[in-house]
Amino acid sequence: MKVLVPVKRVVDKDIKIRVKPDGSGVELANVKMSMNPFDEIGVEEAIRLKEAGKATEIIAVSIGPQQATETIRTALAMGADRGILVKTDGPVEPLAVAKILKAVAEAEQPGLIILGKQAIDDDANQTGQMLAALLNWPQGTFASKIVIEGAEILVTREVDGGLQTVRLKAPAVVTTDLRLNEPRYASLPNIMKAKKKPIDEKSPDAYGVDVKPRLEIVKTAEPPSRKAGVKVGSVAELVGKLKNEAGVL
Amino acid sequence: MATLLVAEHDNKTLKDSTHKAVTAAKGIGGDIHVLVAGSGCRAVAEAAAKLAGVAKVLLAEGDAYQHLLAEPVAALIVALAGPYEAIVAPATTAGKNYLPRTAALLDVMQISEIVKVVAPDTFERLIYAGNAVQTVRSRDPKKVISVRTAAFQATGEGGAAPIESVQAAADPGISSFVGEELSKSDRPELTSAKFIVSGGRAMQSRENFAKYIEPVADKLGAAVGASRAAVDAGYAPNDWQVGQTGKVVAPELYIAVGISGAIQHLAGMKDSKVIVAINKDEEAPIFQVADYGLVADLYQALPELEQELAKLGR
Repeated sequence: MKVLVPVKRVVDKDIKIRVKPDGSGVELANVKMSMNPFDEIGVEEAIRLKEAGKATEIIAVSIGPQQATETIRTALAMGADRGILVKTDGPVEPLAVAKILKAVAEAEQPGLIILGKQAIDDDANQTGQMLAALLNWPQGTFASKIVIEGAEILVTREVDGGLQTVRLKAPAVVTTDLRLNEPRYASLPNIMKAKKKPIDEKSPDAYGVDVKPRLEIVKTAEPPSRKAGVKVGSVAELVGKLKNEAGVL
Repeated sequence: MATLLVAEHDNKTLKDSTHKAVTAAKGIGGDIHVLVAGSGCRAVAEAAAKLAGVAKVLLAEGDAYQHLLAEPVAALIVALAGPYEAIVAPATTAGKNYLPRTAALLDVMQISEIVKVVAPDTFERLIYAGNAVQTVRSRDPKKVISVRTAAFQATGEGGAAPIESVQAAADPGISSFVGEELSKSDRPELTSAKFIVSGGRAMQSRENFAKYIEPVADKLGAAVGASRAAVDAGYAPNDWQVGQTGKVVAPELYIAVGISGAIQHLAGMKDSKVIVAINKDEEAPIFQVADYGLVADLYQALPELEQELAKLGR
């Protein structure tokens, strides 16, 4: 089966972000950008399915500015076969992303779509579930294991209290959790090869999707900070303070 | 104006996250109707009917709802959504699963994990792992909202709302439950615990969690948590993970042991009332948010802590 892997370009996970002083958002100029880590896990899983003979072709899709091509190239260097860039100017909300991906899925007819469970910028945790809803496909969110059994997909999910396994009728949407796999690094020869792999460019209009935001961002602020307290010299002092000063024991 | 709030439960007991989501819903205003979808779960509906501020409980029973799978639950909520201006659910793994599916079926842009209700259409939520607070206003006629429960107090009891049975919606029939492995524990749940003792990578093994962290937790009646590094290393099960992508907690006392304090971990626990950090690296960032810091070797400090707590009669 064909596997579609949507990949998002986000601020690199190791960058400490800065809120703009005027409250208009987060500083993105001259900040290192990378593939959303949960999406990397999705790309890796698709490659492993292909290596196991379960997947035939892997298509990486990104919705974002021209530079999102780099994110697609990263997926191609890891082992995806071709890419699609749906070019947009401003930020696109999960609902609009899901609508665009639905149109891509209708054109490409994948048997499985693997997305990250959330993007580490907006932390919305919505796109996969919304995409499954719009396609009327089943969803296996927060996956720590994916097993393809004929026309069915078994997904083990990380849930409050432990693990849950569900059986989904393909085609299906799966979203990745941290422990699904450890993504590989692209090798230099594969990075070179990826430069020759095709990337199609589209616009949201071509899919008939209106990307106008539904949510108005009123402001973005620094979180309230917590002050460092005191250092205690011993366990006995610690327990004494917890009992007598903090009153929590 | 009314709000439909989806209850979190295991068919036997109503979870505390529901109580907290009710508090958030009260801030939005209007009547609150609680939907209890499950199987053999009348006792849950009866518990929900007692929550202060709840006007009505809708009870939908059906085999398809037993494990709160997203496909049938979203179909049910959509079938009931008509008269409601807001649909609210706690941001548990169940809520995070079915709610965005519901939102898309209603063509609504969901507002995820609110931490504050500013106005009935305006909310605060955290982005970038808690490194920024975004205030958003919804332009959708219907609002679909998940609630970060650690940010809200639980509503009390004292209500006596009527319980109304509602018809199950058609199950899309595209997914089914196979099985689950739930950790069995007599300890409180992380998200509702009064005390939490968490261990980090410095614990070095699963055995050390059992030998050093758990006895202290037992003395306190505390839940046990872990940093992502400890979970990734296999020292602790995934459902112990505290952090932006794990569980977000706000206990009265959070004891972080051998946890350096990565940003994404801090995002999951910095609303705790009192934070204690025990770490042998005095430069560890965890000390910047701790009310009480102890620079010490955890293998010595934890047994001592257990003894000191015993002296207090714990």
